[in-house]
Amino acid sequence: MSAEASVLYDAPGPRAKRLDAILNVVFTAVFIAIAAWIIYAWYERGIFDDRWEVLWDPPKNQTAGDVWMSLARGVGNTLKAAAIAAPIALAIGATVAIVRRGARRRLVTGSSAVVTELARGLPVLMLMFLAKLFFGWSPLWSVVFGLVVYNAAVVAEILRAGLAALPKGQREAGLSIGLSMMRTTLLIELPQAVRIMLPALISQMVVLLKDTALGYIVAYDELLRVVKLNRDFFGDRYLIPLFLVGALTYILINVAVSRLAVWLEGRMRRSPGAAKKNDGGDPMPEGGAEAARYTANTGRGTGGVPGP
Amino acid sequence: MDTFIEEFGAVWGGFLGTVSLTAVSGVLALILGTVLATMRVSPVGPLRTFGTLYVEVVRNTPLTLMFFFWVFVAPSIGLLFPSLGFWPAVTALTLYTSSFVCEALRSGVNSVGIGQAEAARSIGLTFGQSLSQVVLPQAWRTAIPPLISVLIALTKNTSVAAGFAYVELVTVQRTLMTSNPTDGLWIFFGIALMYLIITIPLGVLAGQVERKVAFAR
Repeated sequence: MSAEASVLYDAPGPRAKRLDAILNVVFTAVFIAIAAWIIYAWYERGIFDDRWEVLWDPPKNQTAGDVWMSLARGVGNTLKAAAIAAPIALAIGATVAIVRRGARRRLVTGSSAVVTELARGLPVLMLMFLAKLFFGWSPLWSVVFGLVVYNAAVVAEILRAGLAALPKGQREAGLSIGLSMMRTTLLIELPQAVRIMLPALISQMVVLLKDTALGYIVAYDELLRVVKLNRDFFGDRYLIPLFLVGALTYILINVAVSRLAVWLEGRMRRSPGAAKKNDGGDPMPEGGAEAARYTANTGRGTGGVPGP
Repeated sequence: MDTFIEEFGAVWGGFLGTVSLTAVSGVLALILGTVLATMRVSPVGPLRTFGTLYVEVVRNTPLTLMFFFWVFVAPSIGLLFPSLGFWPAVTALTLYTSSFVCEALRSGVNSVGIGQAEAARSIGLTFGQSLSQVVLPQAWRTAIPPLISVLIALTKNTSVAAGFAYVELVTVQRTLMTSNPTDGLWIFFGIALMYLIITIPLGVLAGQVERKVAFAR
């Protein structure tokens, strides 16, 4: 039991401490037993035989270099799709958010709201198939299309929440020193909105990176598909080592980006001058609440943790 | 337009496929997610470690990778499903979604002020009473809106099953678009409508629940 206070349990007394100690030992033993049983079962099935040689001494006259080069190409393609889609999605999302902020006509705000809701409410895979089968685009651009449409809509919503969260005085101050509406939004409001919502934006980029794996289904040669192609070439026996390499790569990349977001969030909290002392009193009085509500409702923005 | 109406039987089949996949894996994910959340807030160290590890790994795994595991990798380590299609999809979606359910529930429990539990204990409520009368009713209120967004995301995520031998809406979209390339846009919007039939009521429900349970903290 950690020292921090918990809402569920009282501070443990001598009896609870004894019980905790016993349960600790029991559950550790249970977990070790389960792990040992799984590994033994695998051993029985011959998982730990020479099939792992595919990673350093593959059959069929291939060299280890060939296998690793193909896997590296897969990682490269995964990152390429994400690297093309992310800036476009951010740019379009920001544009939509700015237009919705500045637009006074019902028609513009209404239609952009409908389009964002639609793009957010559809499976990314549907959009990828639209690009592939109807527009006839290449797999790479189908993947990029699906990722851009969906993530631009989400980014627009995140930034809209961020803009709505700013204290009114920011806008009034901008207008009162003679900036136009557009310049007020661009120069004063948007930088602050991005700053509040940066963790949510980064976690959305992790989601984008994760979703590149959908490229497997639309025949884009990303990491998972390369694993599958290698398996088709070498045979089903060699799937487990190849899959393990692929899965670990995905998880490590995503964990690294998520950690970056957590670190960035912590750094922003500590850094002076950020979103403070604007209207006097509480930093971001309404803003904090709005951002917290957004986080609570969407599960996003909790330190760069990818959403579903 | 004509294709969509003529082929509505196929579309309806896909719709039922999507709905059944969402319903079954949604229920299972809620159960498993609750178990995981209990583990993560329990005072027993190993359970907490297991819960944390599970959630961290699963949340950073692409769903397609999860499907790939249950369809291609699991048979070679002896986990064989009786048939391809439904049950591997349910397994993948359940395991994936349960980690998000766990986090929604855990954030709900953590949102309850510690003073609430202390007050409950200090007036002499037992552990069970303070949990059922004080902590959980408040935790639910915070947890339900994110839980509904998790379910909406689950509905959209069932589309990944299209890549792994299961017939649902995106599978139908792909077949119809391939056979009727000129009618593609109508098919797309038709299928989109079928998804919205599932997700919009959920979204409206989320909004209503949110208003109903809104309370000052």
